[in-house]
Amino acid sequence: MLKSTFGRQKLIPIPGSRESLEDQGRDPGQAKCPSCARRVTESELIENHKVCPECHYHFPMTAWERIGLIADPGSFQEFDSGLKSINVLEFPEYDERLTAVAERTGLGEALVTGKCKIGGCWTVLGVIDSRFMMGSMGSVVGEKVCRAAERASEYKYPLIICAASGGARMQEGMLSLMQMAKTAAVLDRFHQQGLLYITLLTNPTTGGVSASFASLADIILAEPGALIGFAGPRVIKQTISEVLPADFQKAEFLLKHGMLDRIVDRLELKDTLERLLRLHLGGKNG
Amino acid sequence: MVKRHFDYEEKYQNLQGKFEELRELSEAMQFDLNDEFKLMEEKIKDIRDNKYHNLTPWEKILLSRHPERPAVKDYIEFLFNDWIELHGDRSYGEDSAIIGGIADFQGIAVSVLGHQKGKGTNQNLKNNFGMPHPEGYRKVERLLHQAEKFKRPVITLVDTPGAYPGVGAEERGQAWAIAKVLMTLSRIQVPVIAVVTGEGGSGGALALSVSDRLLMLSNSVFSVASAEACASILWKDAGRAEEMASFLKITAQDLQQMGIADEIIEEPLGGAHKDFKTTAADVQTSISRNLDELLSIDRNQLLEQRFLKLRNLGQFLDE
Repeated sequence: MLKSTFGRQKLIPIPGSRESLEDQGRDPGQAKCPSCARRVTESELIENHKVCPECHYHFPMTAWERIGLIADPGSFQEFDSGLKSINVLEFPEYDERLTAVAERTGLGEALVTGKCKIGGCWTVLGVIDSRFMMGSMGSVVGEKVCRAAERASEYKYPLIICAASGGARMQEGMLSLMQMAKTAAVLDRFHQQGLLYITLLTNPTTGGVSASFASLADIILAEPGALIGFAGPRVIKQTISEVLPADFQKAEFLLKHGMLDRIVDRLELKDTLERLLRLHLGGKNG
Repeated sequence: MVKRHFDYEEKYQNLQGKFEELRELSEAMQFDLNDEFKLMEEKIKDIRDNKYHNLTPWEKILLSRHPERPAVKDYIEFLFNDWIELHGDRSYGEDSAIIGGIADFQGIAVSVLGHQKGKGTNQNLKNNFGMPHPEGYRKVERLLHQAEKFKRPVITLVDTPGAYPGVGAEERGQAWAIAKVLMTLSRIQVPVIAVVTGEGGSGGALALSVSDRLLMLSNSVFSVASAEACASILWKDAGRAEEMASFLKITAQDLQQMGIADEIIEEPLGGAHKDFKTTAADVQTSISRNLDELLSIDRNQLLEQRFLKLRNLGQFLDE
């Protein structure tokens, strides 16, 4: 179904790239679940939306896979696909990395935005793809978040963003950091319209993304087991030199500490979003 | 080994000492080298001047972290009258890594917020080296709403390595606390002036920097993450921090060119700590001028200008 909806959809082996699996001499058609060690085939995973059929471990999902999961079939229309990053700081190897990752993923940048129907409700949807430089936020990701919110304001649509990011994109220096303030300012105006903003935090959501648009939603959902936080666990370990709690910075830990509204299993995600949209729109939108 | 201190001044003092020794020795031996000494003295001064006008980004980082560099508290004492510190986030605790309160600035009641590093080990430990927990940012949030209620302009003083990366900070929602402050500052209906006095480290510094005017001291820096962290993450080698610093565009001068900093306040030769009074007086003049300008702007226009300033940040291709 995914394939028929999106012509450019490719089967993405997990974890990491098909090439990396082949390099390691492993069969890209198969992967081992990192949680329960069960062998899962690629087609089995695609069918199950990249959720382990045994233990419900959530494998990483590409932006287009996520859009295929959430959007009503055939309804997604992409915005701003022509926005491309430039190497403002002339940072070493940044151009090369951008070219390579764009080629490998077929993506223009880490965030795909557009409008689509979800259970019949028109919605503006943004999804970050963590394969694109760890889903990091530079000028383009910040701009696309803002334009998505502004379009949603204009159309009076709700806004849903699925986050997965290591934080600000260091290769763009302070301009990246300032995207935090920029998205916060634009989302404030969005909220003033009385429109609904939902975020889904997926593995991982940290740094400048967690401390800006990802946590400024009316309703914050997360996928089970997702790593969510401000500082990365490695930095924290180095700073405090203590053993961290086992579930530290996992979605379940965040829920327990009151930072999330709900943890949603991926197989129930579309249904949950549809219900939330219906409750906010009375199902009349679109 | 990564340098931790700015050692140029030390080397310069050594040289100066040796020079004096040589002069005394030659006088004792009745060598008449006065003309040569005069030339040499001028040359040494020239080289020092030249050095301070051409500090590398890494040297500016070290200078911005200099142990003798004036702290936010020093500026507060100099800049304001009737300073009254206010504590607590009303929800969990008091975080002394952030100092907040109200004061009189040249006859105008203002709200003041800043990072507090502290002098010496004990104070630094107490203030967690100026690295706030979520309570600190929630105190900021509270005092911003208070400022808005009483129509007090907000003046922030920025000097932090970053928000604290620790278990408690994560448990209590560091990301949530910072994001909320960013949003509040973007829409607060009073003028906001931010002054980066030392180290502007990442999101923890940004949370006090969203403003109508961002002023930076000439040796202060502002970075997406510390040069050490960037080198460690991108190059897996924190030892290459100096090289990283040269790429990140973190100096006040670079940030003014990029349209992020609005104004640079020149420090005396050798850095703010060489002449605090002059530095602080220049900060005062600059805040005063900017505040006058901002207070003369209609409130809606002020908010629109601030919004557009934030909205236009970023550079990209739009094909």
